[in-house]
Amino acid sequence: MDTLLNNLDLFVVGFKNTLILFVISAFFALIIGSVVGAMRVSPVPAMRAVGTVYVNLIRNTPLTLLMFFFAFGYPKLNLGHVSYPTLAIIALSIYTATYVAEVVRSGFNTVPKGQAEAARAIGLPFGQTMSLVIMPQAFRAVIPPLMSVLIALLKNTTIAAGFSVAEAGAIRANLSERGEPAIIVLLWVAFFFVVLVALLSLLQAYLERRWRVLR
Amino acid sequence: MSDALYDVPGPRANARNRILSVITILVVAAILAFIIVRFAQTGQFSAQKWQIFTFPLVWENVAQATGATLGAFALAGVLSLALGLILSVGRLSEHAWVRIPVTLFIELFRAIPVLILMMIMYYGLPPLGVDFVTPFVAVVTGLTLYNGSVLAEVFRSGVESLPTGQREAAYAIGLRKSGVLTLILYPQAIRAMMPVIISQLVVVLKDTALGFIVTFHELLYLAKFYGSQFTYDAPIIPATLVFGAIYVVLCLILSGFAKWVEVRLRRGPGAPKGADIARTRLEAADGVAARVLD
Repeated sequence: MDTLLNNLDLFVVGFKNTLILFVISAFFALIIGSVVGAMRVSPVPAMRAVGTVYVNLIRNTPLTLLMFFFAFGYPKLNLGHVSYPTLAIIALSIYTATYVAEVVRSGFNTVPKGQAEAARAIGLPFGQTMSLVIMPQAFRAVIPPLMSVLIALLKNTTIAAGFSVAEAGAIRANLSERGEPAIIVLLWVAFFFVVLVALLSLLQAYLERRWRVLR
Repeated sequence: MSDALYDVPGPRANARNRILSVITILVVAAILAFIIVRFAQTGQFSAQKWQIFTFPLVWENVAQATGATLGAFALAGVLSLALGLILSVGRLSEHAWVRIPVTLFIELFRAIPVLILMMIMYYGLPPLGVDFVTPFVAVVTGLTLYNGSVLAEVFRSGVESLPTGQREAAYAIGLRKSGVLTLILYPQAIRAMMPVIISQLVVVLKDTALGFIVTFHELLYLAKFYGSQFTYDAPIIPATLVFGAIYVVLCLILSGFAKWVEVRLRRGPGAPKGADIARTRLEAADGVAARVLD
């Protein structure tokens, strides 16, 4: 307990940075992921191909490798200075977007085909079929798996600790300079992650109950 | 689904789609061209930077690092499967005093980031007098605890997706609890869940890269080492390209295998009905399975 209380400053900064990474990456991952997911169900073959290659390639790339490339490779390209946290956010967004894309795509597939057919039969154009009939139903189906993707993202932010970002995963390295026992520090970090994940899981369960569709 | 959203394209829609296709290709080509031009301008393709890959000794080290990665993956994979099986039996137990602790264990290790688990092993234990923790041990333990817990849930949902008649019939012909599980339920559950199980193994393979952060001498570690050789003008980008390609190819092969198994299962006779649904739900629920979907 003393380890936590005496070093509260570092713990607070660490988890604050973790949450910043999490929120910003989640925001961009949702946008990129939705676009790529939509590309994968679009009628344009080239878009489908690009979406498929992007998703399959990045999903089979370790996140550590992506961060490695951005943290060590990017500065060599002389494209202007970008801070390590920003590079970590880029890597996290690119990586998580592939999972979001898959969730979005499977969300469309959960809506029964008859819904789209009925919407078109009553004369709705494509835009209205999507916005009034398909999207509202797909959205509900997508919420629980989307929350799981976000939970995975939260845990993945720790990898940034290996690439000069002062977030929760890096608390140990900072505190070992103050002579704190590593095991206690790490157990506290693990504990806070369990709490954060539990909170997200509760939110997930709540949203799932709230927006459940009875079929 | 997508075929119900729009009509079969007519001449006008076809023309529009063609234009959109061209635009997409141009945008992607522009992005790739920018990256390659940038690489060329900053001298990433210079002979000096790639010279390091002309030495046989370097490639011997690459083979060794690949071996280290695959070794950690193989051991962690086998141990995760074993742990997953044991935990899932506990999770399905009828006795609350077994089920509840096992459930807590699974939930706990699913919630802690793998990297933190590795750090606990590597940085946390040695000061307490535990002296057998090498980076390899830390990586394998971290991967096993996490993926074992995830696989336990996979096995469990596989068992629960089976029709209740299977269990009832097994009891009716006089099998004991152990017989029902090992002879009737698990063989079917494992078969149904095979694609998810293999995808989880892809996650194990991908996550061995985390070993880089706890100084495990695997592919990325070597990439960093060669990438900072100033005699060869610090070829970090060539090194990342070469070592990254090895990683990605290994993962793609395993993912392709998962896809192949899935296609075979779907085509094969006697695949349990509920399995497909349970699989999709689980995959969506976990968000980590790196499966190649069409």
